[in-house]
Amino acid sequence: MRPLSRKATCNSHGQDSSYFLGWQEYEKRPYDAVRNPTGIIQMGLAENQLSFDLLESWLAANPDAASFKGNGESIFRELALFQDYHGLPAFKKALTEFMSEIRRNKVNFDPTNLVLTAGATSANETLIFCLAEEGEAFLLPTPYYPGFDRDLKWRTGAEIVPIECHSSNGFKITQAALDDAYEAAQKRNLRVKGVLITNPSNPLGTTLTREELNLLLNFVNAKDIHLISDEIYSGTVFNSPGFISVMEVVRDLKLENTDVWNQVHIVYSLSKDLGLPGFRVGAIYSNNDAVVSAATKMSSFGLISSQTQYLLSALLSDKNFTKNYIKENQRRLRRRQEMLVNGLRNVGIECLQSNAGLFCWVDMRHLMSSNTFEGEMELWKKILYDVRLNISAGGSCHCSEPGWFRVCFSNMTEDTLNLSMQRLKNFVNSMNSSSSQSHHQRMKNSRRRSLTKWVLRLSFSDREPEER
Amino acid sequence: MAVGIEKPSVGLSRVAISETHGENGIEKPSVGLSRVAISETHGENSPYFAGWKAYDENPYDEIMNPSGVIQMGLAENQVSFDLIEEYLRQLPETSFGGDHVSNFRENALFQDYHGLPSFRKALATFMEQIREGKAKFDPARVVLTAGATAANELLTFILADPGDALLIPTPYYPGFDRDLRWRTGVEIVPIHCNSSNNFQVTRQALEEAYNSAKAMNVRVRGVLITNPSNPLGATVQRQVLEDILDFVTKKNIHLVSDEIYSGSTFSSSDFVSVAEILEARDYKEAERVHIVYSLSKDLGLPGFRVGTIYSYNDKVVTTARRMSSFSLVSSQTQQLLATMLSDKKFTENYVRTNRERLRKRYDMIIEGLKKAGIQCLKGKAGLFCWMNLGPFMDKPTKESELALWSLIVHEAKLNISPGCSCHCSEPGWFRVCFANMSEQTLEVALKRIHDFVNKQR
Repeated sequence: MRPLSRKATCNSHGQDSSYFLGWQEYEKRPYDAVRNPTGIIQMGLAENQLSFDLLESWLAANPDAASFKGNGESIFRELALFQDYHGLPAFKKALTEFMSEIRRNKVNFDPTNLVLTAGATSANETLIFCLAEEGEAFLLPTPYYPGFDRDLKWRTGAEIVPIECHSSNGFKITQAALDDAYEAAQKRNLRVKGVLITNPSNPLGTTLTREELNLLLNFVNAKDIHLISDEIYSGTVFNSPGFISVMEVVRDLKLENTDVWNQVHIVYSLSKDLGLPGFRVGAIYSNNDAVVSAATKMSSFGLISSQTQYLLSALLSDKNFTKNYIKENQRRLRRRQEMLVNGLRNVGIECLQSNAGLFCWVDMRHLMSSNTFEGEMELWKKILYDVRLNISAGGSCHCSEPGWFRVCFSNMTEDTLNLSMQRLKNFVNSMNSSSSQSHHQRMKNSRRRSLTKWVLRLSFSDREPEER
Repeated sequence: MAVGIEKPSVGLSRVAISETHGENGIEKPSVGLSRVAISETHGENSPYFAGWKAYDENPYDEIMNPSGVIQMGLAENQVSFDLIEEYLRQLPETSFGGDHVSNFRENALFQDYHGLPSFRKALATFMEQIREGKAKFDPARVVLTAGATAANELLTFILADPGDALLIPTPYYPGFDRDLRWRTGVEIVPIHCNSSNNFQVTRQALEEAYNSAKAMNVRVRGVLITNPSNPLGATVQRQVLEDILDFVTKKNIHLVSDEIYSGSTFSSSDFVSVAEILEARDYKEAERVHIVYSLSKDLGLPGFRVGTIYSYNDKVVTTARRMSSFSLVSSQTQQLLATMLSDKKFTENYVRTNRERLRKRYDMIIEGLKKAGIQCLKGKAGLFCWMNLGPFMDKPTKESELALWSLIVHEAKLNISPGCSCHCSEPGWFRVCFANMSEQTLEVALKRIHDFVNKQR
C-alpha cells in the first residue's frame, strides 16, 4: 500500500477521544419517545433547535428567497455563476448588521472587513493558517471545545498551549494563568502567535467579563501577538451580565490607532444562533487588511454556496424578523437553561452560573468515586450506559480539574429534557442508597465495563462531532 | 513605536519584510502573519491578472458597452442554463425537497460529513451516466467538498507532505499553483508536453519529470492529470492513460485524475475515464487512483460549490471525509441537487443537449478562427479551445507571447489566456473560452480576431 502523508496518518483529527465514543453509543441506541423510550438521550450536541418555527414561518411568508427569485424575477443564473470570494454584497451587509444588532449596536462592522467561510470550522482554521505555522502556538483557556484540537492544529501544524482555568474563581482567565501558559509554550520551544478565546465560552456557557477582556487585550498588546475571539454563541446570551464583544472593549479603550487594532479578529457563524449548521455559514472579521486579504483568498477552499448566501441575505435583511428572533430565541434559551439548572439542583447537582450558550457546565465532582480523570471517565460511562445520557466529560475539553461535564439543553424537546432529569434523579438516588453495594456487585460491574470498553475500541468507526 | 528601532515582532519571513516596507523605506514591523499568509503562492499577482483588470474596468455589453473588453478567459458553461431553469420551474418547491417548509429543520441541522445519502447516490449515478455506464461508481466512495478547488487541495494534503511534489503535465490550469501548493507546501514539477504530438503525455516526459524532481531531492508522491484537459480542450487518449497508470504503479505513487470537464465532451465516445481503465484491469492497483469531479463546469453551477473526491482507497476516503469538515457542501444545496440529479429523464436530456450545444459552439469558433487563418488544437471537449498564434509572433519566446497577448487585450479588447500562464513550454498558444457568452457575442469576438489578425499582417 502506498503511503499517505503524515497528516493523513496521524491522529490529529482527534477522532479517537471519548467525545466521539459517546456519540457512537448514542447512534447505536438513540432515544425516541415512541420507538425507543429507553434509548440514549443525546445531551452532547450543542445544537439550537428551539426556534425553528420562527424561521419556518418566515420562509412560508417569503417563498422567493429559497426559489431563486428576486423581485419576482428569476435570478438563478446570476446565483449559479456567482463564486466571487468577496461574497454576495447583500449578504455581507445583512450579516454585519445582524452581528451589530446582537451587540446592541455597540459595535459597527464594515462588510469589507468580513470574510465568508464554510462554517466557523473553516474560519478558525483559516485564521490560524494566516497567523501561525509549525513551531508556533496559540494559547487557549481551558476548558475548550474539543474540535479545536483538529480545527486549529491538524493541517496548519500549529500547536495549542492551554491557559489553565479553575473552578476556584469560576474558571475565569487570570494574569497568572496567561503568564504561565506563555512560559509553558517557551519551555516547549514554541513561539506564541496569539490567544484564542471563545466568548461566550464553550463549554462554560458564560460570557467573558470586561476585566478578563481588558486583561487579554493588555496581554496581547504587551506580547505583540494576536487575539482571536470566537463569538459563535454571541446571539445566545440570555441573561445579565450581557455580552461584551472584544471589539467593543477595543473601542472603549480607544485602541483604534494602536497596533492592537490590527491584532484582534472575530469569528462568527450562524450555526448556533440561528440553528443552521448544515448551511455552512461562517465568517472572519478583522481590521487587519493583510489578514482580510489572505483570508479572502483562502476562502476559495471553503466558499459558502451562493444559493445559501442569497436565502440568508433575504432573511437577515428583514429587520422585523431579526429583532423578534433574537429576543424570542434568547427567551426560550433562558427558559430551557432554567429547567436544566433546576432539574439538576433538585438532585443535588450544581452548575456553573451561566448566562449564555446551549449547555451548562455541570459539577459532578461529588459523584465520582475518586477525584481523578479515571474517576471522571468511570462516572461518564455510568451516565452513558446506566443512565443512558450522552454528556461531554470535562477531560475531553481539556479541563484541568476532573468532575465537570457539559450538558446540552436546546437540542431536544422539553419532555425529553424532563425525562433526562428524571433518569438522573433515579441514578443519584440509587447511588446514595447503594453506597453499601456488595463487593461482588462492584466487581461484576467493573468487569462488564472493561469488556464494553474493549469491544468499543474494536468496533469504533469514524464519527464526527461537527457540532460544538 | 519609535522610528528606526526595530521592534522585535512575531516571526516575519524575508518575504514578509520585503512586502511590508513602511514609509521612508523604514521597516515597519508588521503583526506577524504566517509565511503562508504572506507568500505569493496564491498567485494573484501574476501578470495575466492584468487581463482580468482590463475586463473589470471596461466590460463588454452588447447594448451598454459594445466596444468593451470581451471576457474569453473565463471557463464557464452558460449554454444550458435554460434546461435547469425549466426543470426548477416545474418542481413543486425548489429547495428542502418534498414539502418545502417541513423538511427545513432536518436539512438545516444536517452537517454530517458523510453527505446527504440521496445526494451522494445521485452524484455517483450522474458520474456513471456521463461515462455512459462504462464505469461504475459506488456512493460510499463519494466524498463531498465545497468545489473541486477544495477537493484538489484536500487530496494534496492527504497524499503528500510539505516539500514533496506532484507531477503535472503542462500546460495546466493556473489555479493549480495555488490550490495544490499554497497551504500544503507541496511542489509542482511539470511534465513537459508540446505540439509535436498534440501535447499528449509521453512515457519519456514522465520519466524526465520524475528524474528532475529526484535531482532536486524532491520526493514525488503522485501524478495529477486533468482529463479532459484544461487548457487544451482535448481528452487524454486511452493509451496515454494506460501508460500513466503503468508509470505510477512502477514508481509506487498516486494518480489523481481531475475529470471536472468529463460531461463537457462533445461526443460521449471521445472520453475515456481512468475509471474505465481500472475496471478493465479488474481494479488492480486501484488504491492509488483518485478522481476529482465537480458540477461547476458540466452543470454550470460554480456558485453552488459542489465538488467531490472519488477514491478507490479506503484510508483516503475516510481521511478525506474528516478533512472535508473544513469545506462541506451546504445541505440546502445538497438537497436541491439530489432531487435534480435523481431525475434520470432530466439528466439524460441535459447531458445530451449540453454536449450538442458545446459542440456547436466549438464548431463556430473553430470555423471563425480558421477564416482568420488561425489553427487550433483539435479538441473534442471543454469550454475553450487551444489556439496557436505562433505564426503571428516575431520570436518564439515568452516575451513575444506576452507582447502579443497585451495587444489582444488592449487593442482587440479580448481577454484570453496566454499559454505561459498555464506553464506551457512552447510559446504562442492561447486558451480561448467560448461557452461563457451568447452566440452574438462570440460572433463579435471572432470578427475582432479577424480584424486584429489582418492588421498584424
